[in-house]
Amino acid sequence: MSRFQFPPSIRSRPVYGTLEPRRGTAHLMVADAEGAEALLDLARAAPEMMAKAHVLYIPAAEGNDLADRLRATGPAQFYVGPSYAASVSRLRKALADAHMGLQIYLAGTEGLIGQAMQEAMSAGYPASAIQTEHRGSVARRVQCVHCKGVTENVSVTPFVCSHCGLNLFVRDHYSRRIAAFQGVCVDAEDPGDVPAQEGLYQ
Amino acid sequence: MSAGTKKIDVTVTEVVEVNDLVKRFRFERSDGAEMPTFSGGAHTVVEMKDGGITRLNPYSLMSDPRDRSAFMISVRRDEQGRGGSLFMHREVKVGDRMVLSYPVNLFSLDLRAKKHLMIAGGIGITPFLAQIKQLEGMNGHFELHYSVRTAALGSYTEELKAHYPDRVHVYHDDQGEAIALGDLLDGQPLGTHLYVCGPKGMIEWVCRTAEERGWPAEAVHYEEFLAPQSGKPFSVTLAKTGKVIPVGEHQSMLEALEAAGVDAPYLCRGGACGQCETDVVSHDGAFVHRDHWLTDDQKACGNKIMPCVSRFEGRSLVIDR
Repeated sequence: MSRFQFPPSIRSRPVYGTLEPRRGTAHLMVADAEGAEALLDLARAAPEMMAKAHVLYIPAAEGNDLADRLRATGPAQFYVGPSYAASVSRLRKALADAHMGLQIYLAGTEGLIGQAMQEAMSAGYPASAIQTEHRGSVARRVQCVHCKGVTENVSVTPFVCSHCGLNLFVRDHYSRRIAAFQGVCVDAEDPGDVPAQEGLYQ
Repeated sequence: MSAGTKKIDVTVTEVVEVNDLVKRFRFERSDGAEMPTFSGGAHTVVEMKDGGITRLNPYSLMSDPRDRSAFMISVRRDEQGRGGSLFMHREVKVGDRMVLSYPVNLFSLDLRAKKHLMIAGGIGITPFLAQIKQLEGMNGHFELHYSVRTAALGSYTEELKAHYPDRVHVYHDDQGEAIALGDLLDGQPLGTHLYVCGPKGMIEWVCRTAEERGWPAEAVHYEEFLAPQSGKPFSVTLAKTGKVIPVGEHQSMLEALEAAGVDAPYLCRGGACGQCETDVVSHDGAFVHRDHWLTDDQKACGNKIMPCVSRFEGRSLVIDR
């Protein structure tokens, strides 16, 4: 199943909702991997909205590619990108050209939602007005608080920082500004004393 | 002492007739010190000793927030009002000593915005005058659409147009000019915040149109001070002391509490800020809720009241004071 119920946590941890159609002059929809299912649900709920929709979709390297089904909903503009990094310039251009009245819908992994939200916020759009829905992987984008390097797709804790090599414990402490959870050295007091690795939410 | 009600003793140093309906007042501190700083959109509560009664009316500060030498307000004469504006127009003269509250801002700019779109109607221009000066100092991006009844009654239109010919648009009702609101809203770049101050109908029109066109509520700001409306007299009982306080026809419950020596909290005195929210212990009768603060559910529950504007009709009302 692509839906996951996150247990309650600290205030810093983002929470996600369910996308619902809202009145707007244009609709910007961004999804990765199984996030496409949330957009398909949205299109089913309000098919007429798609004529004013710009959809950016980033299928996962492995797993289902739902691009054809998304295309079939008839969005005004449709883009499929190989990665978030490859798609972000198009997202920035879409935001730069947009007018107020735009509704923003983000669906998929936390990394995609967080980074796209960061772009929308820096375009001046109020964060709390952006709709989000989590689907698919619970892997996270994690920033090492020591070297500041960001490791994508972290699904276990502790893990080895891909930049500095420290053993990092993955916290629920989240930064909206850098769209990443914080990873903190787990064996600073006693180097080498690293707890057994376990999967996030397992 | 209530929050935000620290007082400043001032002297009136200038009274200017702006037009047939509006007078401008300049206040400087009587002790010669500097005024407190404020941000554009802030208001001050002016204390008026009008015969036996003390009126406390909020007015938006219109002067430059960077100018610490004085506060300025503009007051529109309201013949139908309860008398505060008439007092300002008829009684207040240069040299008079008055008391102002420290400034409080319930209508501040959201400085994360990429652009500030301002819509003013009539005397609703005053908070924008201060906001525009604040933005000018930081090179902020704004656009003002200002609707007035006639050219003669348009306060500050000439100054605004002279200073900001490309950013200020004035509309005259008597010439059939109206803000093309739908097109205006649709054309705004992402990251624009909308501000509206003016008559109730205008605020409702702007908020409704923005919502219909997909503007998030977070990007829409409005300020409407409700003047307390008159109503049937009633009595209120204080739960803590058992004191019974009569509220007159032309008096608000807050004013009645103050007249009876109760130091009740307040900030805006206009149903907007929430500071005076009061728990109702018991009641037998109907509330006349007039504030913008309580939710419809809270109003229906009947366990809270905003004494600055709301009233009560019935046999008994006991509040937690």
